[in-house]
Amino acid sequence: MDVLLQQIVNGLVVGSVYALVALGYTMVYGILQLINFAHGEIVMIGGLTSLFAAKGLLAMGAPPLLALLVAILAAMIACAIVGVLIERIAYRPLRNAPRLAPLITAIGVSILLQQLAILVFGRNYFSFPELISKAPIVFGPITVTLNEIVILLTSFGLMAALLWLVHNTKVGTAMRATAENQKVAGLMGIDINKIIAITFAIGSGLGAIAGVMVASNYGQAHYYMGFMLGLKAFTAAVMGGIGNLWGAMVGGLILGLVENVGLIFVRGDYKDIFAFVVLVLVLIFRPQGLVGERVAERA
Amino acid sequence: MAGMTGILQTKRNQMIALAVLGVLLFILPFAAGALGQAWVRILNITLLYVMLALGLNVVVGVAGLLDLGYVAFYAVGAYTWSLLASAHFDLHYPFWILLPLGAFLAALAGLLLGTPVLKLRGDYLAIVTLGFGEIVRILMNNFDKVGLPWSDETYNITNGPRGITGIDGLNFFGFKISKGLELFGLQITPLQLYYFVFLAFTILSIIGVSRLQHSRIGRAWQALREDEIAAKAMGINTRNVKLAAFAFGALTGGLAGGLFASMQGFVSPESFGLLESVMILAMVVLGGMGHIPGVILGAVLLSAMPEVIRYAADENMQQKIFGIVLIAPEVLRNLIFSLAMILIMLFKPAGLWPSPEKK
Repeated sequence: MDVLLQQIVNGLVVGSVYALVALGYTMVYGILQLINFAHGEIVMIGGLTSLFAAKGLLAMGAPPLLALLVAILAAMIACAIVGVLIERIAYRPLRNAPRLAPLITAIGVSILLQQLAILVFGRNYFSFPELISKAPIVFGPITVTLNEIVILLTSFGLMAALLWLVHNTKVGTAMRATAENQKVAGLMGIDINKIIAITFAIGSGLGAIAGVMVASNYGQAHYYMGFMLGLKAFTAAVMGGIGNLWGAMVGGLILGLVENVGLIFVRGDYKDIFAFVVLVLVLIFRPQGLVGERVAERA
Repeated sequence: MAGMTGILQTKRNQMIALAVLGVLLFILPFAAGALGQAWVRILNITLLYVMLALGLNVVVGVAGLLDLGYVAFYAVGAYTWSLLASAHFDLHYPFWILLPLGAFLAALAGLLLGTPVLKLRGDYLAIVTLGFGEIVRILMNNFDKVGLPWSDETYNITNGPRGITGIDGLNFFGFKISKGLELFGLQITPLQLYYFVFLAFTILSIIGVSRLQHSRIGRAWQALREDEIAAKAMGINTRNVKLAAFAFGALTGGLAGGLFASMQGFVSPESFGLLESVMILAMVVLGGMGHIPGVILGAVLLSAMPEVIRYAADENMQQKIFGIVLIAPEVLRNLIFSLAMILIMLFKPAGLWPSPEKK
């Protein structure tokens, strides 16, 4: 029982990071119907940028909290720029192309970003400085760290902010309109290209923060860290119902929980299988995802 | 390309072109052998990729079902061969049992994957097939200690991440391909012999796939790709047709897998990752989905390009041009490779050699 509680807490922490990354996938999918394969690499860039920014600031004698905030900001800016550039260069020219064409450029961009990361940062595993205490805090049967608590709260805060943005602001309304029908939204005076760029910037910004979280939680960053994380987050987005914000959040949290609670019953080597088996089961019984609405098949 | 197709209009010119191609394909392994046996191996791997791309093309290009876990079938074929023809279990079955068996098991895996995902469409299908590919890879990685829940005894089936070594090569009824052959004073190395075997299988797949594509089921696949609902309304049993596409694509992959294991003599789960599936998909899409010559072109280009870049962009070359080694060759190779992928798609969204009727 104690183990179960502990694994639920661990699962929530991991799941909230999955949810943040999954939001990036689902926002882009909602608008462009494109699997943005390069999103995992955005997360990686966020992790590495923040790591080097934080290290540099600490070396200059900045207090840890300031270093963390500036590092997060730097990561968000860097990722937003990269995200918008990717859209402009690799996806926009292919908006009316056959559906698989942008998928292939996305895969190309993903490999390209990994190689560029090797050139800029190097191949090593870099250790992330401990900016928030990782000393264990014991609540009865559960042990957590301050770092984990901050991750959990920040993720939930960001998700709430995103929902508010999408549902209560002008930009959010424009985003939803664009997702619903690009042509008509354009006729209503919405600058489609601008809205899509904003979507990429927001998604990449969230990815950047997720990158910082992963790097700080595991204490390291690496040019390949985005790959498996991106895969899991994408799985989560699909499980929840791709294109749906609530779906990405629910999917991310459930995937994190399933993986960590599953560890009680299954050997660690099989952890990744567990995630995919659950995905297949969910999709067999709910082909539109957990939260996704059934889209009418168009003739 | 238009001029070339123009020349190929007449029957006579087609025959001449085919003859020239045949001679070229015959000389190729010897020309490559003069450069070194490593180049012959590259040729052989390229042929395997052509087979794989043709198989995936049936699923993705012809039937329009996006499959991101295709390499799983390649793995099933390779592991069937490796487990039943190696020192691992000390079994040594002949090729005429193993190749069909590997293809059959792969097709079975295709049905196994296809059945639960029939209802899924588009990108949902993509992620489930991706998950299936990962599941197969992880199982191969972990089946070195398979235990039963009620006992502590474990069995080593796949030898885990270390992979299986000492796999038998092809044996044709007593003739061991690994010994090479001397024919009319011409020394033919084992790898060159493999080349001819692979070439035969590749040609067989090309003929099979193109016949199939123009058959009743091929037309049903295309109808399915263009509009599933309309296809259903026309009386096509979409369930069976989809399953057939999965099974047939898997069969080709399984066959290629068996051949791969026999030449390589070593297999490990590392060869069957997601990136491999993605590469094969890229071959199909870059070449021109649904168009057999285009797919072959894509496969040849993507499998040969990294090797050529590796040769061209090595340290010596950089040393000569810039005086220092600026970028590690491996990184440079992947950089050029990924850039080429992006640029080809940007300028040729329908692929390098798309099928003409789609215009």
